[in-house]
Amino acid sequence: MFKWIQQFFKTFLLVELLKGMAVTGRHLFVRKITIQYPEQHTPMSPRFRGLHAQRRYANGEERCIACKLCEAACPAMAIHIESAPREDGTRRTTRYDIDLTKCIFCGYCEEACPVDAIVETHIFAYHGEKRGDLYYTKEMLLAVGDQYEAEIARNKAADAKYR
Amino acid sequence: MPLVTIDDKTIEVPAGISVIEAAQQLGIYIPHFCYHKKLSIAASCRMCLVEVEKAPKPLPACATPVADGMKVKTRSQYAIDAQKGVMEFLLINHPLDCPICDQGGECMLQDIAVGYGGVESRYAEPKRVVAEKNLGPLISTDMTRCIHCSRCVRFGQEIAGQMELGMPGRGEHVEVMPFLENQVNSELSGNVIDLCPVGALTSKPFRYAARGWELGRRLGVSPHDSLGSNLTVQVKNGRVMRVLPADNAAINECWLSDRDRFSYQGLYAEDRLTVPMVKDNGRWIEVDWATALAQAAGALRMLKETHGGDALGFVAASGATVEELHLLQKLARDLGSTQIESHPLERGADRAQARWLGMPVAEINRLDRILLIGSTLRSEQPLLAARVRAAVKAGAELSVLHAANDVQNCKVANAAIAAPSRWLALLSEIEQALHGAPASVEAQAMAASLKSGANKAVLLGAVAQMHPQADALHAKAAAIASVCGATLGFLPVGANSVGAALVNAQSGDVFATPRKGYVVLGMEPELDCADGAAAMQDLAAAECVVVLTAYKGRATEYATVLLPIAPWAENEGGLVNMEGRLQTFNAATPCHGEARPAWKVLRVLGNQFGLAGFDFDTAAAVRAEALPEGWVNGLNNAASAVGQEAAIVGEIEWLAETPIYAVDAVARRAMALQATAAAAAPVATANAAMLAQIGAGTTGGKATIRVRQAAGLAVEIIVRQEDCVADGVLRIAAGHWHTVSLGARMGVLEVEA
Repeated sequence: MFKWIQQFFKTFLLVELLKGMAVTGRHLFVRKITIQYPEQHTPMSPRFRGLHAQRRYANGEERCIACKLCEAACPAMAIHIESAPREDGTRRTTRYDIDLTKCIFCGYCEEACPVDAIVETHIFAYHGEKRGDLYYTKEMLLAVGDQYEAEIARNKAADAKYR
Repeated sequence: MPLVTIDDKTIEVPAGISVIEAAQQLGIYIPHFCYHKKLSIAASCRMCLVEVEKAPKPLPACATPVADGMKVKTRSQYAIDAQKGVMEFLLINHPLDCPICDQGGECMLQDIAVGYGGVESRYAEPKRVVAEKNLGPLISTDMTRCIHCSRCVRFGQEIAGQMELGMPGRGEHVEVMPFLENQVNSELSGNVIDLCPVGALTSKPFRYAARGWELGRRLGVSPHDSLGSNLTVQVKNGRVMRVLPADNAAINECWLSDRDRFSYQGLYAEDRLTVPMVKDNGRWIEVDWATALAQAAGALRMLKETHGGDALGFVAASGATVEELHLLQKLARDLGSTQIESHPLERGADRAQARWLGMPVAEINRLDRILLIGSTLRSEQPLLAARVRAAVKAGAELSVLHAANDVQNCKVANAAIAAPSRWLALLSEIEQALHGAPASVEAQAMAASLKSGANKAVLLGAVAQMHPQADALHAKAAAIASVCGATLGFLPVGANSVGAALVNAQSGDVFATPRKGYVVLGMEPELDCADGAAAMQDLAAAECVVVLTAYKGRATEYATVLLPIAPWAENEGGLVNMEGRLQTFNAATPCHGEARPAWKVLRVLGNQFGLAGFDFDTAAAVRAEALPEGWVNGLNNAASAVGQEAAIVGEIEWLAETPIYAVDAVARRAMALQATAAAAAPVATANAAMLAQIGAGTTGGKATIRVRQAAGLAVEIIVRQEDCVADGVLRIAAGHWHTVSLGARMGVLEVEA
């Protein structure tokens, strides 16, 4: 009986509506969290796994030693490596390709790498106009690394204490 | 037989075996590095330490013989602690550079460190560094990685018989190194790569090429010698990356000769023929298969119709498969030709017989007396030489009749070193001596050796088979064998010499007279025939030469049609080895370019002629027709020909052996093998008396001479003194471009001033 009376008054006093409007009204004055992408970015973990890069040592020598562990670890078979001795006798890749259309960005390649040569950067906004554009060769990966080395090094340093 | 208990499992084992072998019988694995089933026990790595009840300390399982009632624990805390301790010591000086090490992923040290080692290293001090050693073009070294198991040293000492590696120094200063900065030149040296449990000795041609886990494995059979070693062909992306042995106790055990191991490089030589080509007005043009086959068939048919069947000659490599040789002889016979050559190096009528070893290969180890006639065994049959060595080590007496007293890898009891022209006389003397008649001292000694002993063999090698008096030598050797109760055996020259004779692919004498047309299968006649110069001349003069080959080589100079065929790794078929064992294999990789297995090419060529019986769908079907039930009975070492060949008359006889890495087109193109000392450009060698005779003795042992055979062109060659060569003999390697124009092998040479 009491419930019935309550229901009767609610139908014409618009209580529910006002409750809803109260939430809306409250949020009218709350600090906004929407960001203006691409001018603004959300914060990212140092462990974010985006576009791959190949790194170099400070003296310009490429880090990769063609151990092929990343190729072995890759669950999507996205990495293709060919290796041979360089003129100076060191073990180097003659080909290092990552097919980003196959890649699932699991980060196993980065985990497997004994010399921190292959890394995943913060870059997630990249595109290709043809399928082949997302087939990254060694030169392309080294170019990414060269461009973002400072940031990669910063992220590696930030994460180092948890490893 | 003692009863031992290992890890609570009890087994009765033969007395005298070691704990590690007893554990193996129980299926219990004990980690080890220096122990190897085919090598002596060194007990130097201490990895196999186990707990033995009532023993005061852990004992090495490899060097501890079993005793009755022995109780062994391999996984007790005591044993585990011992193994962990050893592993920590082994890793102290190991560089742990697995990511750049070629052994990574197939390394015993890696596996055992993970399985039996500790979790982390306590060692922070500087590690020892050892200088690299230059072991030649086949083996690359990283001696810092060496854990001093001494397997490579023991292999050289015990199996190969060439102690080229040693381990001088003690403690920290111990190093594996070649003596006096020499390289490793043994024909079995590649086996140390397999033996090395770490990455200290790795394959140079395979260096940094691929990882073990990337490679597919296919079984294969060696195409380079008649032993027919079993291979594990490792492939990646349709290319052979490396070749490893496949265990076969009856043939190659777990070893492989360098020739079998590294010849794969030759598969991808620059002059590889990948598309059919025809000669059009002196120009080579690439065509499709249909055009090339039609042109070949048309030209051959015309020659047959105008000049008769015998105007066509058919020549095949003795390493071609049973299928290829069967189809070739079928094609030849259907075209009315009786001129088929599948034993181009051997001489005499008996070469058409399926001459074989006369016993299983494994029987060699059990021989007591061996008479080896005309064989450079170590380069002809490297792994058989290792078996002969094993027999000699077990007490056999080896007698050698040859024109050069080469360094064998075992002790030679009696050696008769004489010019080839004297071999027949020497064998007669041995026969007489066996009958008790007076003979020379060497013959008496050999006869005395052959009279004693239970298991005996008289073996005829490649030089005896290409000797101008081959049939007479065969008859004489057969006589000796029957007198002393020995088995007469042959060391066939090619991988399928036995099979070729079984499928009747040897009749007539193709290069005896010039012919109008030739079909050449899988060989370079100028290098693979007894008389390369004459073969080259005949081929150049012919109207039509159809060459089925994997390489262009010099075929472009005489061929009219070039048909690309698959070399061994891309081919399928069967080979009959020296013990009469048919071994079949499938293609390890797809064919390169437009190349096709030769049996398919020959089958289609048969169809082009409209011949019946060329409708095979599989290699197995061809094989079934080629070797019908009971083919084994075709093996025959009896001397059938009378053997009345003309004697060799002349002052300077040519000892013309094929060098170890020049036996076929593939081996000749393997870069690493060609970089070895054994494949160096040929030089003439002779003893001091011979050098004085030809007027080259006074120049300090290195002079250039001009040599020729009566009819042939002169060849300029460096001459060197080697006193192992017999009197009256000039030893010059054949099967090499430089010496082709010398003409018929084993002939008589003239030296120009």
